[in-house]
Amino acid sequence: MTQVTVTRASLFATCIVDQMFPQVGVSTVRVLRHLGVEVDFPPDQTCCGQPLYNSGFNQQARRLATRVLDSFDGSEYVVVPSGSCAAMMKVFYLDLFQDQPDQLRRAERMAPKVYEFSQFLVQVLGAAQGEDRLGASYSGTATYHPSCHLLREMNVREEPSELLSRVSGLTMNGLPQAETCCGFGGTFTIKYPHISEGMLADKVENVSASGAETLVSCDMGCLMHIEGALRRRGVDVQTRHLAQILDPTKPEPGS
Amino acid sequence: MADVKTQDFFAASAVSIQDPILRQALIKVGTGFDGARLAAIEDVTPNRWDEWREEARRIKIHTLDHLDYYLDLLERNVAKAGGQVHFAADAAQANAIVAGIARSGGVKIVTKGKSMVSEELSLNPVLESIGVEVFETDLGEYIIQLAGETPSHLVAPALHKTKEQVAQLFSDKLGLPLLESIEDMAKAAREILREKFLQAEMGISGANFLVAETGTLVIITNEGNGRMCTSAPRIHVGITGMEKVIPSLQDLAVFLRLLPRSATGQRITSYVSMVTGPRRETDEDGPEEFHLVIVDNGRSKMLADPELREALYCIRCGACLNICPVYKKVGGHAYGWVYPGPIGAVVSPLLVGLKQAKDLPHASSLCGACREVCPVKINIPRMLLHLRNELAESPDPKTNAATPAARLMARGYAWLMSSPALLSLSHRLARSLQRPLLMLPFSPLTKGAGGIGRVRLPFLSRWTRAKDLPLLPPRTFHEIWQQELSQTARRRDT
Repeated sequence: MTQVTVTRASLFATCIVDQMFPQVGVSTVRVLRHLGVEVDFPPDQTCCGQPLYNSGFNQQARRLATRVLDSFDGSEYVVVPSGSCAAMMKVFYLDLFQDQPDQLRRAERMAPKVYEFSQFLVQVLGAAQGEDRLGASYSGTATYHPSCHLLREMNVREEPSELLSRVSGLTMNGLPQAETCCGFGGTFTIKYPHISEGMLADKVENVSASGAETLVSCDMGCLMHIEGALRRRGVDVQTRHLAQILDPTKPEPGS
Repeated sequence: MADVKTQDFFAASAVSIQDPILRQALIKVGTGFDGARLAAIEDVTPNRWDEWREEARRIKIHTLDHLDYYLDLLERNVAKAGGQVHFAADAAQANAIVAGIARSGGVKIVTKGKSMVSEELSLNPVLESIGVEVFETDLGEYIIQLAGETPSHLVAPALHKTKEQVAQLFSDKLGLPLLESIEDMAKAAREILREKFLQAEMGISGANFLVAETGTLVIITNEGNGRMCTSAPRIHVGITGMEKVIPSLQDLAVFLRLLPRSATGQRITSYVSMVTGPRRETDEDGPEEFHLVIVDNGRSKMLADPELREALYCIRCGACLNICPVYKKVGGHAYGWVYPGPIGAVVSPLLVGLKQAKDLPHASSLCGACREVCPVKINIPRMLLHLRNELAESPDPKTNAATPAARLMARGYAWLMSSPALLSLSHRLARSLQRPLLMLPFSPLTKGAGGIGRVRLPFLSRWTRAKDLPLLPPRTFHEIWQQELSQTARRRDT
């Protein structure tokens, strides 16, 4: 099946990818372009406002959310390499602006255009169907951590695994208690470090028990959290965003 | 009202998370209760489970939208059956009503079935103060009554105790030899309580549901003690929150499917008792008096708030506790009041005062597992977010708990994130400083395997006490895009 029309998508990189993990953004762009998507990157973007919204500072969150609405006003699709930030833009903006009809209308217009990365690949590009167009390879064993907002707010359950099953050379191991939160929760990990660490310890144990060499997820927040504990404990498991696994050009980019 | 310690959540949770006995008990909550719940749902025809949840939610929405009508209908039908309904605005009034009934009935001994509302009201001390002996008859409640503690779970109040601790407790308080098996302990308790059932002049029960069209009180139990409390003593007092009313017996059916499966994974509990009024002339047994005390105690405030009304749909199954990764780390007592776990983090602030319980709405990673398992589909995370917003931005100083520092941080973050140029500048500055800082002999940063090991700075230290922090990369994505990925950069390259 050849695609006749060109899909145009705007990338919302998320602040954590922009500031901490730019190589994830690079891989996201490469995968999208490899699949024939015309990618643009509205330069005014920063943060979706979720850290403020989760802390209850809705007024300040609205300031940032309004910027996002401005930046992506004309976009055909908005692709986000994070289930959590995508949920903020697709689901929580509607709550955030419930008392501001004008902005709410804009948020409602944007919501159906917002896709998390794996969701966009599978639901819009059909990258998990038919002949393999991903051309991805990764040697070794990996396990997949489904992030909470991706799972329960975006309702994206099978998409990442469907994509991972197409990566040549990759063996996927099951993750015990996969759907249990890693304890990150944005500001939660700072507010209640002792509880967050308890949850994280369980996640790290389960990752170790999976026997995988690489932990894959669709959210850098969770991955930074889990990776931090893996390094501190000297556990030899690498962490990768799904886009990095699917990246058809392997050499580590952006450094 | 029961003692409020919600303000101590941080400290209490830091202690309880270290408790090895509690940890073992809480592991069982996940494997036992939640595992059983999952198995019970798998047993249901696919999609039916979700249809039931929708139906139950619709019933709750409808009833609470017309609560005045259904409470009135309930009151008339209870009266028609020969019983009496008492409405109590708050804990003091509810306790006074029950104490009044006990006093005028010359009651000396009360046997009690499990009732979270009576825990909320702290009813027992009030009855004891007028010389009434109160015996909890649910085994779990009996154990914590002997221990002088409060329940730590909605369904399994003594969950935090091991059987060895219970054996010791029975030995200390009841003078029994140290019993080994749970069966023996249950048998010992049963023998003591059987006698009390026969002596008691008054039985107090909670209610899982109140059926308006028939004036029926419904309790579901596994031990049969509830039925004893409602039938053996001369006076039966049912006490519950006003949100427990449902319109009809037909509506009850769906809740009887949902509640046991969600709570303990049972298709149905051992006992489903439906009590309509006192004994009739043709009845061979049953109480002579039937009183139903319906408690507000802050619930009408919840009802009036469209953002929080949902919390009244709760049928107290405990499924959200059993799935909650926070509850499973800290246990019930850390929450500091009667209702623990995710639903407690919503209900407690509403009933004891938001500022008093300001830590609870934040005691969640917002993972949403509670919402996913709730048999009436309560959106708990959304309510937690709403309460966080109240705490941060409410114009009412009685509710607003945001510290000037938190407000400043929020404003600072929004300011920084409102300017890509400023953000880029701060990234450049921070990344040029991080390596020299790591090399200084007395640095606020130490090296770790994954970049930064420890940061001796506020907030960041809370991250780095248990996990490494990655170093900032040499370029932001914005920079890489401009230099390599944008159309102009690509054209330049070719």
